[in-house]
Amino acid sequence: MRVFVLLLFMIVNFSVNAQTTGYKVGDIASDFDLKNIDGKQVSLKNYTNAKGFIVIFTCNTCPYSIAYEDRIIALHNKYSALGFPVIAINPNDPNHPGESYVNMQERAKSKKFPFAYLMDPDHIFTKKYGANRTPHTFILSKGTNGNVVEYIGAIDSDTDNAKGGGDKFVELALNSLLQNKKPETTFTKAIGCTIKWKKTT
Amino acid sequence: MNRAYKILIGLLLISYCSSAQIKPLNIDQLNQRLDSGKDTTYVINFWATWCSPCIAELPYFEKINEKYKNDKVKVVLVSLDFKSKINTTVKSFIKKNKLKSELFYLNESNQQVFIDQISKEWSGAIPATLFVKTDAKKRAFYEKEFNFEELESTLISFKN
Repeated sequence: MRVFVLLLFMIVNFSVNAQTTGYKVGDIASDFDLKNIDGKQVSLKNYTNAKGFIVIFTCNTCPYSIAYEDRIIALHNKYSALGFPVIAINPNDPNHPGESYVNMQERAKSKKFPFAYLMDPDHIFTKKYGANRTPHTFILSKGTNGNVVEYIGAIDSDTDNAKGGGDKFVELALNSLLQNKKPETTFTKAIGCTIKWKKTT
Repeated sequence: MNRAYKILIGLLLISYCSSAQIKPLNIDQLNQRLDSGKDTTYVINFWATWCSPCIAELPYFEKINEKYKNDKVKVVLVSLDFKSKINTTVKSFIKKNKLKSELFYLNESNQQVFIDQISKEWSGAIPATLFVKTDAKKRAFYEKEFNFEELESTLISFKN
Protein backbone atom coordinates (compact mmCIF):
# COMPACT_ATOMS: atom_id res chain seq x y z
CA MET A 1 0.00 0.00 0.00
CA ARG A 2 2.78 2.36 0.99
CA VAL A 3 4.65 1.74 -2.23
CA PHE A 4 1.46 2.30 -4.18
CA VAL A 5 0.84 5.64 -2.46
CA LEU A 6 4.42 6.66 -3.17
CA LEU A 7 4.10 5.69 -6.81
CA LEU A 8 0.86 7.60 -7.07
CA PHE A 9 2.51 10.60 -5.47
CA MET A 10 5.39 10.40 -7.94
CA ILE A 11 3.03 10.17 -10.92
CA VAL A 12 0.98 13.14 -9.71
CA ASN A 13 4.15 15.09 -9.05
CA PHE A 14 5.48 14.30 -12.50
CA SER A 15 2.28 15.31 -14.28
CA VAL A 16 2.14 18.61 -12.38
CA ASN A 17 5.67 19.38 -13.58
CA ALA A 18 4.82 18.42 -17.13
CA GLN A 19 1.73 20.60 -17.07
CA THR A 20 3.60 23.74 -16.06
CA THR A 21 6.36 23.71 -18.67
CA GLY A 22 4.82 26.65 -20.55
CA TYR A 23 6.27 28.47 -23.52
CA LYS A 24 9.56 27.93 -25.26
CA VAL A 25 11.40 30.49 -27.33
CA GLY A 26 9.72 30.69 -30.75
CA ASP A 27 6.22 29.92 -29.45
CA ILE A 28 3.33 32.34 -30.01
CA ALA A 29 2.33 33.83 -26.67
CA SER A 30 -1.32 34.10 -25.80
CA ASP A 31 -2.82 37.52 -25.19
CA PHE A 32 -4.35 38.10 -21.77
CA ASP A 33 -7.04 40.24 -20.24
CA LEU A 34 -5.98 41.07 -16.69
CA LYS A 35 -6.84 43.74 -14.15
CA ASN A 36 -4.35 46.56 -13.72
CA ILE A 37 -3.78 48.45 -10.46
CA ASP A 38 -5.89 51.34 -11.89
CA GLY A 39 -8.90 49.03 -12.16
CA LYS A 40 -8.78 48.79 -15.97
CA GLN A 41 -8.36 45.55 -17.90
CA VAL A 42 -5.13 45.31 -19.91
CA SER A 43 -4.38 43.18 -22.98
CA LEU A 44 -1.40 43.08 -25.32
CA LYS A 45 -3.71 44.13 -28.15
CA ASN A 46 -4.29 47.48 -26.38
CA TYR A 47 -0.71 48.48 -27.19
CA THR A 48 -1.24 49.32 -30.86
CA ASN A 49 2.11 51.08 -31.33
CA ALA A 50 4.26 48.48 -29.54
CA LYS A 51 6.82 46.40 -31.43
CA GLY A 52 6.81 43.92 -28.61
CA PHE A 53 6.70 43.54 -24.85
CA ILE A 54 8.79 42.89 -21.79
CA VAL A 55 6.41 40.72 -19.75
CA ILE A 56 7.79 40.28 -16.23
CA PHE A 57 6.18 38.03 -13.65
CA THR A 58 7.04 39.77 -10.41
CA CYS A 59 5.46 40.49 -7.06
CA ASN A 60 5.43 42.64 -3.93
CA THR A 61 7.23 40.57 -1.34
CA CYS A 62 9.97 38.51 -3.01
CA PRO A 63 13.37 40.06 -2.17
CA TYR A 64 14.60 39.17 -5.65
CA SER A 65 11.67 41.06 -7.17
CA ILE A 66 12.31 43.99 -4.86
CA ALA A 67 16.02 43.93 -5.73
CA TYR A 68 15.06 44.27 -9.40
CA GLU A 69 12.29 46.91 -9.09
CA ASP A 70 14.49 49.89 -9.96
CA ARG A 71 16.02 47.99 -12.87
CA ILE A 72 12.53 47.07 -14.15
CA ILE A 73 11.50 50.73 -13.98
CA ALA A 74 14.70 51.70 -15.86
CA LEU A 75 14.00 49.05 -18.53
CA HIS A 76 10.51 50.47 -19.11
CA ASN A 77 11.77 54.05 -19.21
CA LYS A 78 14.41 53.15 -21.76
CA TYR A 79 12.58 50.66 -23.97
CA SER A 80 8.90 51.68 -23.99
CA ALA A 81 9.79 54.68 -26.15
CA LEU A 82 11.55 52.25 -28.49
CA GLY A 83 8.43 50.08 -28.74
CA PHE A 84 8.97 47.57 -25.94
CA PRO A 85 7.01 48.52 -22.80
CA VAL A 86 7.22 46.54 -19.57
CA ILE A 87 4.06 44.74 -18.48
CA ALA A 88 4.39 43.38 -14.94
CA ILE A 89 2.14 40.53 -13.85
CA ASN A 90 1.81 39.40 -10.24
CA PRO A 91 1.48 35.60 -10.45
CA ASN A 92 0.87 35.03 -6.74
CA ASP A 93 -2.26 34.09 -4.85
CA PRO A 94 -3.64 37.46 -3.67
CA ASN A 95 -4.48 35.81 -0.34
CA HIS A 96 -0.78 35.38 0.36
CA PRO A 97 0.42 38.00 2.89
CA GLY A 98 1.49 41.20 1.16
CA GLU A 99 0.27 40.15 -2.27
CA SER A 100 -3.31 41.49 -2.36
CA TYR A 101 -4.63 43.88 -4.99
CA VAL A 102 -4.47 46.73 -2.47
CA ASN A 103 -0.87 45.79 -1.57
CA MET A 104 -0.03 45.89 -5.30
CA GLN A 105 -1.59 49.34 -5.64
CA GLU A 106 0.39 50.57 -2.63
CA ARG A 107 3.68 49.16 -3.93
CA ALA A 108 3.11 50.60 -7.40
CA LYS A 109 2.29 53.99 -5.91
CA SER A 110 5.28 54.13 -3.56
CA LYS A 111 7.69 53.06 -6.31
CA LYS A 112 5.86 55.15 -8.97
CA PHE A 113 5.66 52.22 -11.40
CA PRO A 114 5.47 53.73 -14.90
CA PHE A 115 4.17 50.43 -16.32
CA ALA A 116 1.04 48.28 -16.00
CA TYR A 117 1.05 45.99 -12.96
CA LEU A 118 -1.55 43.29 -13.47
CA MET A 119 -2.89 40.56 -11.23
CA ASP A 120 -3.31 36.96 -12.34
CA PRO A 121 -5.16 35.69 -9.26
CA ASP A 122 -6.04 32.29 -10.72
CA HIS A 123 -2.56 31.75 -12.22
CA ILE A 124 -4.12 31.24 -15.69
CA PHE A 125 -1.49 33.12 -17.69
CA THR A 126 1.26 32.30 -15.21
CA LYS A 127 0.73 28.63 -16.05
CA LYS A 128 0.20 29.27 -19.76
CA TYR A 129 3.49 31.19 -20.02
CA GLY A 130 5.25 28.77 -17.69
CA ALA A 131 6.46 31.33 -15.17
CA ASN A 132 7.75 29.44 -12.14
CA ARG A 133 9.48 32.10 -10.08
CA THR A 134 9.61 35.82 -9.49
CA PRO A 135 11.01 37.72 -11.23
CA HIS A 136 10.69 35.78 -14.51
CA THR A 137 10.93 37.66 -17.81
CA PHE A 138 9.38 36.87 -21.21
CA ILE A 139 10.30 39.15 -24.11
CA LEU A 140 7.76 39.06 -26.94
CA SER A 141 7.98 40.58 -30.41
CA LYS A 142 4.94 41.36 -32.53
CA GLY A 143 4.90 39.27 -35.66
CA THR A 144 2.36 38.64 -38.39
CA ASN A 145 1.13 35.50 -36.62
CA GLY A 146 1.05 36.96 -33.13
CA ASN A 147 3.43 37.74 -30.31
CA VAL A 148 6.52 35.56 -30.60
CA VAL A 149 8.45 34.54 -27.46
CA GLU A 150 12.02 35.76 -28.06
CA TYR A 151 13.64 35.41 -24.64
CA ILE A 152 12.82 33.69 -21.34
CA GLY A 153 14.73 34.13 -18.12
CA ALA A 154 16.61 36.52 -15.89
CA ILE A 155 16.89 40.29 -16.25
CA ASP A 156 20.66 40.13 -15.72
CA SER A 157 23.28 37.90 -14.13
CA ASP A 158 23.87 40.04 -11.05
CA THR A 159 20.92 40.17 -8.66
CA ASP A 160 22.96 41.86 -5.92
CA ASN A 161 23.92 44.52 -8.46
CA ALA A 162 27.43 44.14 -7.07
CA LYS A 163 28.98 44.18 -10.52
CA GLY A 164 26.74 46.85 -12.06
CA GLY A 165 24.29 44.31 -13.44
CA GLY A 166 26.78 41.79 -14.89
CA ASP A 167 25.48 40.35 -18.18
CA LYS A 168 22.37 42.35 -19.03
CA PHE A 169 20.43 39.56 -20.74
CA VAL A 170 17.17 41.46 -21.27
CA GLU A 171 18.85 44.60 -22.61
CA LEU A 172 21.05 42.56 -24.95
CA ALA A 173 18.02 40.68 -26.27
CA LEU A 174 16.07 43.91 -26.79
CA ASN A 175 18.99 45.60 -28.53
CA SER A 176 19.17 42.69 -30.96
CA LEU A 177 15.42 42.76 -31.61
CA LEU A 178 15.56 46.52 -32.23
CA GLN A 179 18.13 45.81 -34.95
CA ASN A 180 15.78 43.16 -36.40
CA LYS A 181 18.11 40.42 -35.22
CA LYS A 182 17.37 37.39 -33.08
CA PRO A 183 18.84 37.58 -29.55
CA GLU A 184 22.01 35.56 -29.01
CA THR A 185 21.03 34.40 -25.54
CA THR A 186 17.40 33.33 -25.50
CA PHE A 187 17.13 31.39 -22.25
CA THR A 188 18.66 31.91 -18.82
CA LYS A 189 18.01 30.60 -15.35
CA ALA A 190 18.01 32.57 -12.11
CA ILE A 191 17.45 32.20 -8.41
CA GLY A 192 14.05 33.53 -7.47
CA CYS A 193 11.03 33.03 -5.25
CA THR A 194 8.57 30.29 -6.00
CA ILE A 195 5.11 31.29 -7.18
CA LYS A 196 2.66 31.36 -4.27
CA TRP A 197 0.02 29.04 -5.75
CA LYS A 198 -3.52 28.94 -4.43
CA LYS A 199 -3.87 26.06 -2.02
CA THR A 200 -6.72 24.52 -4.02
CA THR A 201 -4.88 24.34 -7.35
CA MET B 1 41.28 19.28 37.59
CA ASN B 2 44.00 20.90 35.54
CA ARG B 3 43.49 23.96 33.44
CA ALA B 4 43.66 22.33 30.00
CA TYR B 5 41.00 19.86 31.03
CA LYS B 6 38.70 22.68 32.14
CA ILE B 7 39.21 24.47 28.83
CA LEU B 8 38.43 21.27 26.95
CA ILE B 9 35.19 20.77 28.83
CA GLY B 10 34.34 24.42 28.27
CA LEU B 11 34.88 24.06 24.54
CA LEU B 12 32.82 20.89 24.41
CA LEU B 13 29.98 22.65 26.20
CA ILE B 14 30.12 25.58 23.83
CA SER B 15 30.06 23.34 20.77
CA TYR B 16 27.21 21.30 22.22
CA CYS B 17 24.98 24.25 23.14
CA SER B 18 25.57 26.57 20.20
CA SER B 19 24.15 26.36 16.72
CA ALA B 20 26.18 25.22 13.74
CA GLN B 21 28.56 27.58 11.96
CA ILE B 22 27.97 28.64 8.38
CA LYS B 23 30.81 28.25 5.90
CA PRO B 24 31.28 29.10 2.22
CA LEU B 25 30.88 26.31 -0.32
CA ASN B 26 31.37 26.26 -4.07
CA ILE B 27 30.08 23.62 -6.47
CA ASP B 28 33.43 21.80 -6.74
CA GLN B 29 33.63 21.52 -2.96
CA LEU B 30 30.04 20.29 -2.83
CA ASN B 31 30.75 17.61 -5.45
CA GLN B 32 33.94 16.48 -3.69
CA ARG B 33 31.99 16.25 -0.49
CA LEU B 34 29.25 14.16 -2.12
CA ASP B 35 31.78 11.87 -3.85
CA SER B 36 33.55 11.12 -0.61
CA GLY B 37 30.23 10.40 1.10
CA LYS B 38 29.94 6.98 -0.62
CA ASP B 39 27.04 5.19 1.08
CA THR B 40 25.77 8.28 2.90
CA THR B 41 22.48 9.70 1.71
CA TYR B 42 22.76 13.47 1.48
CA VAL B 43 19.71 15.66 1.69
CA ILE B 44 20.79 19.05 0.41
CA ASN B 45 18.28 21.81 0.89
CA PHE B 46 18.66 25.15 -0.87
CA TRP B 47 17.06 27.92 1.15
CA ALA B 48 17.32 31.60 2.11
CA THR B 49 16.21 33.70 5.06
CA TRP B 50 14.00 35.76 2.71
CA CYS B 51 12.15 32.71 1.38
CA SER B 52 9.07 32.09 3.53
CA PRO B 53 8.27 28.56 2.27
CA CYS B 54 11.95 27.66 2.91
CA ILE B 55 11.73 28.88 6.50
CA ALA B 56 8.53 26.92 6.96
CA GLU B 57 10.13 23.62 5.93
CA LEU B 58 13.52 24.07 7.68
CA PRO B 59 12.31 22.40 10.91
CA TYR B 60 11.44 19.27 8.91
CA PHE B 61 14.99 19.05 7.58
CA GLU B 62 16.34 19.56 11.08
CA LYS B 63 14.06 16.81 12.33
CA ILE B 64 15.20 14.43 9.58
CA ASN B 65 18.85 15.17 10.40
CA GLU B 66 18.27 14.32 14.05
CA LYS B 67 16.01 11.31 13.49
CA TYR B 68 18.21 9.58 10.89
CA LYS B 69 21.66 10.56 12.14
CA ASN B 70 22.52 6.90 12.85
CA ASP B 71 21.24 5.76 9.44
CA LYS B 72 23.91 7.36 7.26
CA VAL B 73 21.69 10.30 6.39
CA LYS B 74 23.15 13.79 6.39
CA VAL B 75 21.21 16.99 5.94
CA VAL B 76 23.13 19.90 4.45
CA LEU B 77 21.53 23.33 4.37
CA VAL B 78 22.84 25.63 1.65
CA SER B 79 21.84 29.27 1.93
CA LEU B 80 21.31 31.32 -1.22
CA ASP B 81 21.09 34.58 0.67
CA PHE B 82 22.83 37.62 -0.74
CA LYS B 83 26.48 37.44 0.34
CA SER B 84 26.16 40.85 1.97
CA LYS B 85 23.62 39.33 4.41
CA ILE B 86 25.60 36.28 5.57
CA ASN B 87 27.33 37.93 8.51
CA THR B 88 24.23 39.75 9.68
CA THR B 89 20.77 38.39 8.84
CA VAL B 90 21.79 34.81 8.11
CA LYS B 91 24.04 34.30 11.14
CA SER B 92 21.49 35.79 13.51
CA PHE B 93 18.76 33.61 11.95
CA ILE B 94 20.89 30.48 12.48
CA LYS B 95 21.57 31.44 16.07
CA LYS B 96 17.97 32.32 16.84
CA ASN B 97 16.63 29.09 15.35
CA LYS B 98 19.52 27.00 16.76
CA LEU B 99 20.03 25.18 13.46
CA LYS B 100 21.98 21.97 14.00
CA SER B 101 22.37 20.61 10.46
CA GLU B 102 25.52 21.34 8.53
CA LEU B 103 25.37 24.88 7.13
CA PHE B 104 26.88 26.49 4.08
CA TYR B 105 26.27 29.48 1.89
CA LEU B 106 26.76 29.08 -1.81
CA ASN B 107 29.98 30.78 -2.83
CA GLU B 108 29.24 31.00 -6.54
CA SER B 109 28.33 34.05 -8.57
CA ASN B 110 27.33 32.75 -12.00
CA GLN B 111 23.74 31.54 -11.71
CA GLN B 112 23.78 30.39 -15.33
CA VAL B 113 26.44 27.86 -14.41
CA PHE B 114 25.70 26.71 -10.90
CA ILE B 115 21.93 26.16 -11.30
CA ASP B 116 22.50 23.60 -14.07
CA GLN B 117 25.38 22.03 -12.13
CA ILE B 118 23.04 21.32 -9.23
CA SER B 119 20.32 20.02 -11.53
CA LYS B 120 19.22 20.53 -15.13
CA GLU B 121 15.67 20.31 -13.79
CA TRP B 122 16.10 23.35 -11.56
CA SER B 123 14.62 26.65 -12.77
CA GLY B 124 16.29 28.51 -9.91
CA ALA B 125 13.24 28.88 -7.68
CA ILE B 126 13.62 27.91 -4.03
CA PRO B 127 12.96 25.94 -1.92
CA ALA B 128 14.74 23.19 -3.79
CA THR B 129 16.12 19.91 -2.46
CA LEU B 130 18.65 17.47 -3.86
CA PHE B 131 19.01 13.86 -2.65
CA VAL B 132 22.34 12.19 -3.44
CA LYS B 133 23.71 8.74 -2.73
CA THR B 134 27.06 8.43 -4.49
CA ASP B 135 27.64 4.67 -4.20
CA ALA B 136 24.25 3.89 -5.67
CA LYS B 137 24.72 6.57 -8.36
CA LYS B 138 21.41 8.04 -7.31
CA ARG B 139 20.42 11.68 -7.53
CA ALA B 140 16.92 13.13 -7.23
CA PHE B 141 15.94 16.77 -7.41
CA TYR B 142 12.77 18.49 -6.21
CA GLU B 143 11.85 22.13 -6.82
CA LYS B 144 9.06 22.23 -4.27
CA GLU B 145 8.32 22.63 -0.58
CA PHE B 146 7.93 19.58 1.60
CA ASN B 147 5.88 18.81 4.66
CA PHE B 148 7.47 16.40 7.12
CA GLU B 149 5.62 13.28 5.94
CA GLU B 150 6.47 13.93 2.29
CA LEU B 151 10.10 14.61 3.11
CA GLU B 152 10.42 11.48 5.19
CA SER B 153 8.67 9.23 2.64
CA THR B 154 10.77 10.72 -0.19
CA LEU B 155 13.94 10.05 1.82
CA ILE B 156 12.95 6.48 2.69
CA SER B 157 12.04 5.57 -0.88
CA PHE B 158 15.24 7.23 -2.13
CA LYS B 159 17.72 5.58 0.22
CA ASN B 160 16.30 2.05 0.01
